[in-house]
Amino acid sequence: MIPGEFTYKRPNSKSEALSMLSGGSQEARAIAGGHSILPMMKLRMATPEVLVDISALSELKGISIGKNIEIGASVTQHEMLSSQELLKACPIISETAKLIADPQIRYCGTIGGNVGNGDPGNDMPALMQCLDATFILENVSGSREVAARDYYQGAYFTSAKAGEIVTKVQFKTPDPAHGYAYQKLKRKVGDYATAAAAVVLEVSKGKVKHASIALTNLADTPLYARAASEMLIGTELNETDIRAAVTAAQAVTAPVEDQRGSIDYKVAMAGVMVSRALQLAKSRAGEAKKGGPLGWLKR
Amino acid sequence: MAKTLIEFTVNGEEQSVAVEDRQLLIHTLREDLKLTGAHIGCETTHCGACTVDVDGRSVKSCTFLTVQAAGAAITTVEGLAEPDGTLHALQEGFRQEHGLQCGFCTPGMLMRSYRLLKENPNPTEEEIRWGISGNLCRCTGYQNIVKSIQHAVNKLQSEEV
Repeated sequence: MIPGEFTYKRPNSKSEALSMLSGGSQEARAIAGGHSILPMMKLRMATPEVLVDISALSELKGISIGKNIEIGASVTQHEMLSSQELLKACPIISETAKLIADPQIRYCGTIGGNVGNGDPGNDMPALMQCLDATFILENVSGSREVAARDYYQGAYFTSAKAGEIVTKVQFKTPDPAHGYAYQKLKRKVGDYATAAAAVVLEVSKGKVKHASIALTNLADTPLYARAASEMLIGTELNETDIRAAVTAAQAVTAPVEDQRGSIDYKVAMAGVMVSRALQLAKSRAGEAKKGGPLGWLKR
Repeated sequence: MAKTLIEFTVNGEEQSVAVEDRQLLIHTLREDLKLTGAHIGCETTHCGACTVDVDGRSVKSCTFLTVQAAGAAITTVEGLAEPDGTLHALQEGFRQEHGLQCGFCTPGMLMRSYRLLKENPNPTEEEIRWGISGNLCRCTGYQNIVKSIQHAVNKLQSEEV
């Protein structure tokens, strides 16, 4: 399978890339790792006339960690997995990236591609909603910020306007004592989630101070489970609390039946993923500060 | 469709090829450079038989445009053995431990495990299995492939001492 015809362009700067992407009469799309766009072009589900390669632009690279964590759009999943600083500051990024596709694809696939194109099977969008991240969108006429929780409109349908690309994602660095978990049910390595849940928690004196739950591939967009998250505040996250949050999270899902299972099965599995993620996040909350629970990632 | 002249090195040799922008790297390697070691299995980024090394990354060359590889250093399975024919420790391991049956996945398995061992010279069995999780084998059940990679690990580690 070979893609249809197009013209490949390699800009030398971000501003040159953005002006190429403004396209005029031609449909121009950005390519970085290419592992979203090329498969779609092979299937003729995407037929851009111009591909603008943004993978080598230094302005879209780099991970910076301070009060906020900022990740350039063309940082690959492999680069995120290789960053010890990122693993320390926000280990749920690694936990999620490890479950995306396979090693070869993670060398190419980027955070910008994963969050930008609106594929409901992608894992990073729900994680970004869980972390309440902001996407920086840029086109030739300027830049703006869009919350990850507002970016997704439908399958492959996002708030990005013509010629606009995600150039950076940023979010508040989680409290060092936060608990976290990304739980993903999939049929095999490389598959999209049958159901997956991202959880970030802060626990203070035995009570939940902050909770955030988001879901992957359980609707035509990623889902921030707001009611489920908010109802956990102030609880001890015991079995009853978790069961209530699971029910509230399941209520916002709207999966479709496909080869991964029926609607009922997916909703049930969404519940299992949320429940497991909450329990794991609870067990990790507070420990990260002591440097304890990261051992499992280094095995 | 107009062609672009692309230059890169393959197994240490400088190459320049004229390709259409839409030409995939696997086709350039196999059809223009006659390096048929990397195989075309699924053409859909699943099977890993087309895996080659591009600038220190294992890449599925069926989902990589040749124009993306401009200026890159590429290694294919043909570049793994020494010029005098001495096998790489991984190739030796696959022979010793019977790490292949039909052999179709082998070039991809070798190139992927080559990069894995560069990054993690002493992996656990689980790390090996995760490391080759993007490569499918329909014959061996992976058991002997894992043993073959472990053979190479042991050989490379003992050489270093």
